[in-house]
Amino acid sequence: MGIIKAAKLAFDYLRYDEDGNVEATQRAVDGVDLDIQAGEFVAVLGHNGSGKSTFAKHINALLIPTEGTIWIDGIDTAKEPELWKVRQKAGMVFQNPDNQIIGTVVEEDVGFGPENMGISTGDIWKRVDESLQKTGMTAYRHHSPNKLSGGQKQRVAIAGVMAMRPQCIVLDEPTAMLDPNGRKEVLEAVHQLNRQENVTVVLITHYMEEVIDADRVVVMDGGHVVMQGTPKEIFSQVETLKKYRLDVPQVTLLAHELKQSGVDIPDGILTTEELVNALCQ
Amino acid sequence: MIRDITIGQYYPAKSVIHKLDPRTKLFGTLVFIVSVFLFHTVVGYAVATVFLAGMILVSTVPVKFIFKGLKAIFMILLITMVFNILLTPGEAIVTLGIFKITREGISMAVRMAIRLIYLVIGSSLMTLTTTPNQLTDGLEKSLRPLNKIHVPVHEIAMMMSIALRFIPILLEETDKIMKAQIARGADFENGNLIQKVKNMVPLLVPLFISAFRRANDLAMAMEARCYHGGDNRTQMKPLKYKKRDHIAYLILFAYLAVAIGFRVVGL
Amino acid sequence: MSIELKNVTYTYSPGTSYEIHALKDINLNIPDGQFIGVIGHTGSGKSTLIQHLNALIQPTSGEVLYNGEDVWAENYNRRALRSEVGLVFQYPEHQLFESDVLSDVCFGPMNQGKSREEAEEEAKKALQQVGFKEKNFNKSPFDLSGGQKKRVAIAGVLAMNPKILILDEPTAGLDPKGRDEILDQIAELHKVRGITIILVSHSMEDVAKYVERLIVVNHGKIAFDDTPKKVFSHYKELEEMGLAAPQITYIMHALKEKGLPVDPSDTTVEEAKEDILRALREMNSPLLKGGAQND
Repeated sequence: MGIIKAAKLAFDYLRYDEDGNVEATQRAVDGVDLDIQAGEFVAVLGHNGSGKSTFAKHINALLIPTEGTIWIDGIDTAKEPELWKVRQKAGMVFQNPDNQIIGTVVEEDVGFGPENMGISTGDIWKRVDESLQKTGMTAYRHHSPNKLSGGQKQRVAIAGVMAMRPQCIVLDEPTAMLDPNGRKEVLEAVHQLNRQENVTVVLITHYMEEVIDADRVVVMDGGHVVMQGTPKEIFSQVETLKKYRLDVPQVTLLAHELKQSGVDIPDGILTTEELVNALCQ
Repeated sequence: MIRDITIGQYYPAKSVIHKLDPRTKLFGTLVFIVSVFLFHTVVGYAVATVFLAGMILVSTVPVKFIFKGLKAIFMILLITMVFNILLTPGEAIVTLGIFKITREGISMAVRMAIRLIYLVIGSSLMTLTTTPNQLTDGLEKSLRPLNKIHVPVHEIAMMMSIALRFIPILLEETDKIMKAQIARGADFENGNLIQKVKNMVPLLVPLFISAFRRANDLAMAMEARCYHGGDNRTQMKPLKYKKRDHIAYLILFAYLAVAIGFRVVGL
Repeated sequence: MSIELKNVTYTYSPGTSYEIHALKDINLNIPDGQFIGVIGHTGSGKSTLIQHLNALIQPTSGEVLYNGEDVWAENYNRRALRSEVGLVFQYPEHQLFESDVLSDVCFGPMNQGKSREEAEEEAKKALQQVGFKEKNFNKSPFDLSGGQKKRVAIAGVLAMNPKILILDEPTAGLDPKGRDEILDQIAELHKVRGITIILVSHSMEDVAKYVERLIVVNHGKIAFDDTPKKVFSHYKELEEMGLAAPQITYIMHALKEKGLPVDPSDTTVEEAKEDILRALREMNSPLLKGGAQND
């Protein structure tokens, strides 16, 4: 069993009428089976409303499955007393950088998680120092989060999660509100954590450029997992991706169109170098 | 205008004042406020001024920054002064219809103005040199005895610190919403009072909705980071009095003694 | 119908230690009917720049002229200007406030002094032009998806019949399909209504595909103001500014370097495809053994 394992996972959002009776149910996640190994970098793609964020919130036990089960490092999240253990094992970074920073000074925010876990003061400082260093935010430790750029704020949020020493980190569209430079900055930080600290990463996104370096890409649509594979395997299916309201990086699209026009090049080209090498042998 | 409020804004620096225990600073602010009400003569105010100026100097916070906070209370200040000047009975200097401007009125108005200004500067100095987190920690620890009578001290402190963090964000957001609505022809300046209130709706609805969304997001983010109230929670920066705090307490008690002494001897 | 900026400088908190020169001596002319893109990294001054165009910000020095008139002259009607120069901000959440979509879109036209009936007519027209379905007119704007909210926000400004429409990152937060739909709709508006469009964007791919003129703002100054092709030919300078050219530009340059006779100024997938096919054919490339030689 991997670090994250979901079996027949389903979740219904309930809508209540004025008297508090269930008026309608909406199935956001439907029958998801997924097994993520420790140290893996998994990207979950899907358009808005595909259920990818709802799925992500299950990993951190912010949502408990309506049906099916999800295990984090072997712990069933539906078992109430294990809630805090789950949240410590699987940290979560959210979309809006402003709405997840609690501290008014960067280092105090990073220390918030360890404080909640009841760790001794000396150890909190050790963890904060370490996390700030790993995310490259040490220089900003005494700054107010309000004065930072979007990319820096997200790195603070990541540092805050790292200070809890999680085994895996779930990022729910962490770059959706950032500019291109901020996006690059956050992705580099995440990849570095994955490589150097061997932290399992689940990255939820709809930016195709961000999943190219993932170990595995999972595509969700209508609450289901509809595609799964390496970036190359996924991006060689341009037409299928379009059907799911997604697109592919321009290089991949150009290669695909050239191939359609009869040029003899391989499927699933992801980078400029690959395309140039294929065309200029 | 609202952005001029310096209370709740932290000015990062490494002065002794910054390093003091927040409880010391809370106590100091309290002592200073009491002192400006004890003093009532020019000599007394001079002592308070020297004390305050000394503190500002030591804090290394730029003076401009400290005075910015006064802009926000300018209207209150003006109203208090006008009321005091016009409504204090005593020896009339000028008579304007039913109003009399009296010597006592003027002296009272000046005194009130000084007290109000010193009060704001004093508390600004505290918030400028203390991070909201330290401040709430200080309050939390000072008020901990209230826990025994079931006052949720930790929760209140946490709410305060979150509120302080989000004030600048919401102010910025207010500005953006105003601009978006002005671009749609909204008018926030003209009209009578009822119209003005009505014109605020396009500003307040998006602001409230956004505030609720932020609150919701934040609650989730806190839960995700294992927040479950004050029980079994440790602190990254636990409060501990140091030597400088003992010295500060000595200075504060001496200052308080002077203020009481002045009052007793009628200076 | 033109906007002209003459030596516009804008300084935040002048005279204090927080002084920031957001704009420095900007000269710009925006004639009728263009489709203009504005790019620049966060903090480059582009947001400050566009807020000068509809008099939301007063320049510290310099002049903003609309049809030759100084918009900061004493008796100038700036409210009227704002209905001629519409500005849609990035987050629709900052402007939606009514209980139903139609009423919300009516807000602008009613501020112009129109009756509810007239306003509704404009609102319906605007909503239809941004591709918002009539059956959703009575829905609460807060129950809509991100893309739908964006449409309502654009319609809210469009219903005031602006001659110039400025959109600040209209695609932020949308998924790829939603992004393409909104941009196509904006291009359609440009065609149907003939209005000037100013599109602020972070996506080089998007501006390359849609705009005819591209303004690059950097450090409060206009770094480039030209056709996208010409601007992107300076891709090395753009990189120094923290920007980039579309991916296609890099591919074409790399191909050319490797000896494939393609035009490095191509910026869209379509252009690149045709160009590469042509070049391969010219070179009689062995890669074209398939059906491509027939067309």
